[in-house]
Amino acid sequence: MKVLPVGEDALLVEVSSGDEAQALHAELLRRRAEGTLSVREIVPAARTVLLDGLDAPARLAAELTAADLPAAPPRARDVVEIPVRYDGPDLAEVAAHWGVPVREVARIHGDTEFRVAFCGFAPGFGYLTGLPPRYDVPRRATPRTAVPAGSVALAGPYTGVYPRSSPGGWQLIGTTDAVLWDHARVPAALLSPGTPVRFVPEAGS
Amino acid sequence: MTDRALAIVRAGALTTVQDAGRPGHAHLGVPRSGALDRPAADLVNRLAGNPPETAVLETTLDGCAVRPRSTVTVAVAGAPCRVTVDGRPVAWGAPVRVPAGALLDVGPALSGLRAYVGVFGGIAVEPVLGSRSTDLLSGLGPPPLADGTVLPLGRPVGVHARVDVAPQPAPPSELVLRVTLGPRDGWFTPGAVRAFVSRPYRVSSASNRIGLRTEGPALERARPGELLSEGMVLGAVQVPPDGRPVVFLADHPTTGGYPVIAVVRAADLPAAAQAVPGTPVRFVAVRRR
Repeated sequence: MKVLPVGEDALLVEVSSGDEAQALHAELLRRRAEGTLSVREIVPAARTVLLDGLDAPARLAAELTAADLPAAPPRARDVVEIPVRYDGPDLAEVAAHWGVPVREVARIHGDTEFRVAFCGFAPGFGYLTGLPPRYDVPRRATPRTAVPAGSVALAGPYTGVYPRSSPGGWQLIGTTDAVLWDHARVPAALLSPGTPVRFVPEAGS
Repeated sequence: MTDRALAIVRAGALTTVQDAGRPGHAHLGVPRSGALDRPAADLVNRLAGNPPETAVLETTLDGCAVRPRSTVTVAVAGAPCRVTVDGRPVAWGAPVRVPAGALLDVGPALSGLRAYVGVFGGIAVEPVLGSRSTDLLSGLGPPPLADGTVLPLGRPVGVHARVDVAPQPAPPSELVLRVTLGPRDGWFTPGAVRAFVSRPYRVSSASNRIGLRTEGPALERARPGELLSEGMVLGAVQVPPDGRPVVFLADHPTTGGYPVIAVVRAADLPAAAQAVPGTPVRFVAVRRR
């Protein structure tokens, strides 16, 4: 674990794997909940957790560096099921990358247990991990100017669902009617870091 | 709608509703947002008689014109500009009474970039995650104002300030941004880090509420490859592949994949909000306190 100071009151904690980042995130959330950590934002990412708005960043940095943080197993949370029609325009391309028949993409994706590693890009957009590394796909060479809301997409090791129409370079494999973000709802985001997710192929897809 | 409302007659280049923003949701991909020149927003609220975090208007470059449906007290500050009520000049940086139906015109910035208009009672659009701020990156909050928009005003909760005029810093002729290096300064050559904190930059016209873009020496990477996405803070100086530093302002993305060479002190960011394109910028390295 490496602790890097960020500005005056933030720390970036770097670990060596996505799983470690999730365990660290869970542990930091636990400390905040029990009142032993005062921080405004805890932002997990691929291999890091950012702590922003700390009272005593230097003290916490020393503490984190000195003692190995116990890896808190992520708390058990209800699985969010997202119904999908596997009808995306890049389905054939993804199948070719994976070296499988087109219909296998839905089966492989639908059988995978995903977890939200982190959020970003847009409110409600989660970076979901769970697919084995052999299913990594590159981004599209030319990003689309408008990806429709509800598009289920792949890039690198991640799966994501576009909460609203926006430009994007991910490979589109399907569509969902699930509402990823609704600020009138509590909570507004369907997915937050740590949420387990399963994609459920809709009948006929 | 009641008569406690403000009709937008001329929205100007970019006028948005802003308050203290919506911190605390970065892990969901929600930017902090909020007034870029926070001291100016606080001042117009104080002058108009509002608590500090009341929603105000933030204009860009050419001001705006509004018509209140009831008599209200307003205050304009931030970028110095000509302020008129039905064509008659009134005070800038002081409380002004605008009669019902009169036209308050906030003229183009004489210097600086962003003027703030505080209205007694505040702009009372529906809050999103506890804030009324327009967030241009993610589209949360009310859309930027358009001609004809009618904004509801809140019920006043305070009393008018007994202040005639209030001192304010002038917009910067040179923007000096104190930075602490890191977390990814190691991704750049020692020469690039030296250039960053010693050579002059200029504010680029491509700047917006998301970031203050700069023109100047391109910063050379010491290592190739891509950084994995990581959390980003307000004031982070991110360096995209073209090598020109971008200072993240209120509507910045919450995670990003370009290395952050340094972070600007929060106290220096209000001046960045008022720096017009072409303003010289110096990044000055300081030690962490």
